Amino acid sequence: MSTLALLARNRLALAGLIVMGLVVLLALVTPLLPLPDPDVTDTGNRFLPPFSEGALLGTDHLGRDQLSRLLWGTRLSLAVGFAAATIAAVLGAAVGIIAGYYGGRVDNLIMRGVDMLMAFPYILLALAIVAALGPGLLNALIAVAAVNIPFFARNIRGITVGIANREFIDAARLAGMNDARIILSEVLPNVIPVIVIAMSTTVGWMILETAGLSFLGLGSQPPQADLGSMLGEARAALITSPHTSVVPGAMILIIVMAINLLGDGVRDALDPRLRSGALTRPMAATLVRREDPAPEPQGDDVLSLCDLQTQFHVKHRVYRAVGGVSLGVKPGECLGIIGESGSGKSVTALSVMGLVASPPGVITGGAVHYKGEDLVGAPYGRLRDLRGREVAYIFQDPLATLHPLYKVGDQLVEAIRVHHALSDSEARARALGLLRDVRIPNAESRLDSFPHELSGGMRQRVGIAMALANDPEVIIADEPTTALDVTVQAQILSLLDTLRREKGLAIVFITHDFGVVAQLCDRVAVMYAGRIVEEGPTRALLEAPAHPYTRRLIACVPELGEGKRRLHAIPGLPPAVNDLPSGCAFAPRCDKAQPACRQGEIALDAYGPRRLRCLYPETELEGTA
Amino acid sequence: MSLALRLENLSKSFAVGKRLFGAPKGHVHAVHPVTLDVPEGETLGIVGESGCGKSTLARMLVGLLAPSGGHIEIEGQPLDNADPAQFGKRIQYVFQDPISSLNPRKTIRQIMEAPLKRLHGMARAARDKRISEIFAQVNLREEFLERYPHEFSGGQAQRIGIARALAAEARILILDEPVSALDVSVQAQVLNLLADLKARLGLTYLFISHDLAVVEAVSDRVAVLYFGSVVEVGRAEDVFSAPRHPYTKLLADSAPVVGRALSPPESRETELPDPLNPPKGCAFRARCPNAGPRCAEEVPQLEGETGQVACFHPLR
Repeated sequence: MSTLALLARNRLALAGLIVMGLVVLLALVTPLLPLPDPDVTDTGNRFLPPFSEGALLGTDHLGRDQLSRLLWGTRLSLAVGFAAATIAAVLGAAVGIIAGYYGGRVDNLIMRGVDMLMAFPYILLALAIVAALGPGLLNALIAVAAVNIPFFARNIRGITVGIANREFIDAARLAGMNDARIILSEVLPNVIPVIVIAMSTTVGWMILETAGLSFLGLGSQPPQADLGSMLGEARAALITSPHTSVVPGAMILIIVMAINLLGDGVRDALDPRLRSGALTRPMAATLVRREDPAPEPQGDDVLSLCDLQTQFHVKHRVYRAVGGVSLGVKPGECLGIIGESGSGKSVTALSVMGLVASPPGVITGGAVHYKGEDLVGAPYGRLRDLRGREVAYIFQDPLATLHPLYKVGDQLVEAIRVHHALSDSEARARALGLLRDVRIPNAESRLDSFPHELSGGMRQRVGIAMALANDPEVIIADEPTTALDVTVQAQILSLLDTLRREKGLAIVFITHDFGVVAQLCDRVAVMYAGRIVEEGPTRALLEAPAHPYTRRLIACVPELGEGKRRLHAIPGLPPAVNDLPSGCAFAPRCDKAQPACRQGEIALDAYGPRRLRCLYPETELEGTA
Repeated sequence: MSLALRLENLSKSFAVGKRLFGAPKGHVHAVHPVTLDVPEGETLGIVGESGCGKSTLARMLVGLLAPSGGHIEIEGQPLDNADPAQFGKRIQYVFQDPISSLNPRKTIRQIMEAPLKRLHGMARAARDKRISEIFAQVNLREEFLERYPHEFSGGQAQRIGIARALAAEARILILDEPVSALDVSVQAQVLNLLADLKARLGLTYLFISHDLAVVEAVSDRVAVLYFGSVVEVGRAEDVFSAPRHPYTKLLADSAPVVGRALSPPESRETELPDPLNPPKGCAFRARCPNAGPRCAEEVPQLEGETGQVACFHPLR
């Protein structure tokens, strides 16, 4: 969504924008308006009330026209505020970018200097600067800009440090750019949004500070009017003629309120985290909007998916991430789901327990039966009761799923006590047992470790322990070894295999690695573009893949022990799931595709223990279609 | 056969616990002195697990990190100064994460023009012609030039990264995990593209990866890194099928292979030694089934003729 559209959606920000636009417009056209000279005194007409003839807002203690002084004063205050903000932003950003980009000693020296500036109370520093330079509007501007430099410098430095370590900076260096050019052409465009955000939230504050200095008589000097000095001069007549202070006071209020509302809106519109929707909280369970009645449970699977459909609705586009998936897993069985990124394997797994983020995720059809009970559309309380206790998850990155600020023992205890009313010491004893179950050495001392103190393999063991905490019947493991080294992966896989045999767990194992599937899984389902294209016993399927996609996917993975060779790549890319071709989704990349493949629905037919969605299979499967 | 790349005792250590005054608290030796030769036209694979120093080594070779000791010779000429622009024309780098190696606020054309302008000082017309040539070589459509990086899939972005490296006209490419962020079907496309480019342009590759099967499929020779040291170097077809260093064997046995039963290759704790306080002698001895008293005293050096191994008790 464009920045302007986002801004306009925020009503308060829009109001701020309109008010601020009017104020700025008034300030710009002030010289053109038929106003009396703001500095001409007329002591005969002092303190005229508002709406007097010839003086719409009355006159001040020297008989000067209030309206004229207000508009000229606003003009001056805005100019000084914006100038101060611009100077502070430019200097602060320059300092921050240099400190953040060069790092090390340069960073240390610059930032310690900035820290020293920040050690003085804000207004005191400004007063000291004005005292040293002498009173006057220009000096007040310098003072206000100077005290705001640290704010920009620190903000921009933080962002720059993050950017300076990004790979595209290294790439620019290798392309022959020198430091100055990298700063200007690579770093600066990426920090400008932050500078704008910081400016938009501080301009109001700077106008207020300049007004404060003028109020104290250190800013604009008589007879020149700005909002602060008007307020200062009116102070003596606060009780007898309140309008002289109310008029500039109200204008300051309007300006600062409008700028701050607008600034918040600009920040919300530009902030990448807000734009990506990362800060919009998803609902506790995925939205369900089923049009057809839920299918009835069949078979003796502990967990079975029946024609499950999950979509993402982003504005007018509909992404069919899961387009009708039927799967089942028996107790003690390991089912592998294999597919490339975007094939819908993770969304399928998350849909089981309603964990797909809503918005934008919606389950639009099908059913998930756990021991005969339909989980799609189950009330949130019921889902929550089952999550972790009956169906548990293991995710790819244990560093992201464990809370960094709590000890792993406390996190395990919490996971246990969600479902079991145990005392703290009982739960702790159980947590210790779990860590031993997943073969963590020195389990007692590891209970008091923080996640960052453990290696990747150990963290994933904790992740598995947490999944086992409430003796679930089903574990859904979403690429649990992808982030691990091969030697560690081998250990984790064999641990999962032992656990499932010991405890009779049903495991749904999601991966993109055929080697892993071959070693761990009894059955495997291959997904492409949101649907299962082939399913069957692992060994049979890997030895004689029937779907062209399966065969070619297996062929393009290099296998250890085959030496240097050319790989059999699949040309093209998987289709986007908001624009699926009719017929077989793989047809555009398939060398066996016929016109019939591109027309109509192709069913997932059963052939004995195997299922296949293809009109021209690689090998003829036995059994009835 | 002339050497494309020669590393002599190249090492890198990082200071830890820096203080404003005085010496830092300690040093982490990310790369222990490494000596390696890469002949012209060869693909040298470098494998190792996370934290073994393979990326540090790669970044030193292209001048993004200044080495703590040793020399780098590129095509017979020593390079000791750390000016990346000097490196840029002779050796280039392809990054692991294709998207984050492209500046999100620049068009592909701006990204492609940088090396042509800065390294070769080409004029506009010459640049456009050269970009067309390179894009044809890496099978990218020219309409991509006006788009921004976020509009591309991982495989396309990695092609753009390769195209940028080619634009510098360096004859040596350091490929740092170039396919590990890609899906398998796209991975094969990129690996094949790299093989084609090498054959057509006579390039030399240093291919860094944690995926043994990928390294074996693309490399002529393979160097195995453990804890900052090269523990074994040999021909790609030998290194994993007949490993000589126990660590290489452990790696080869850990890789999941279709048709091999699942069994953990080692039951002991597999953590790397503490880099701040490295053990005396061989770094692998705590995990090694063959470790003897000598392994605890001396650091084994790379020895051998066709295949070199740094072990006192090699497996063959």
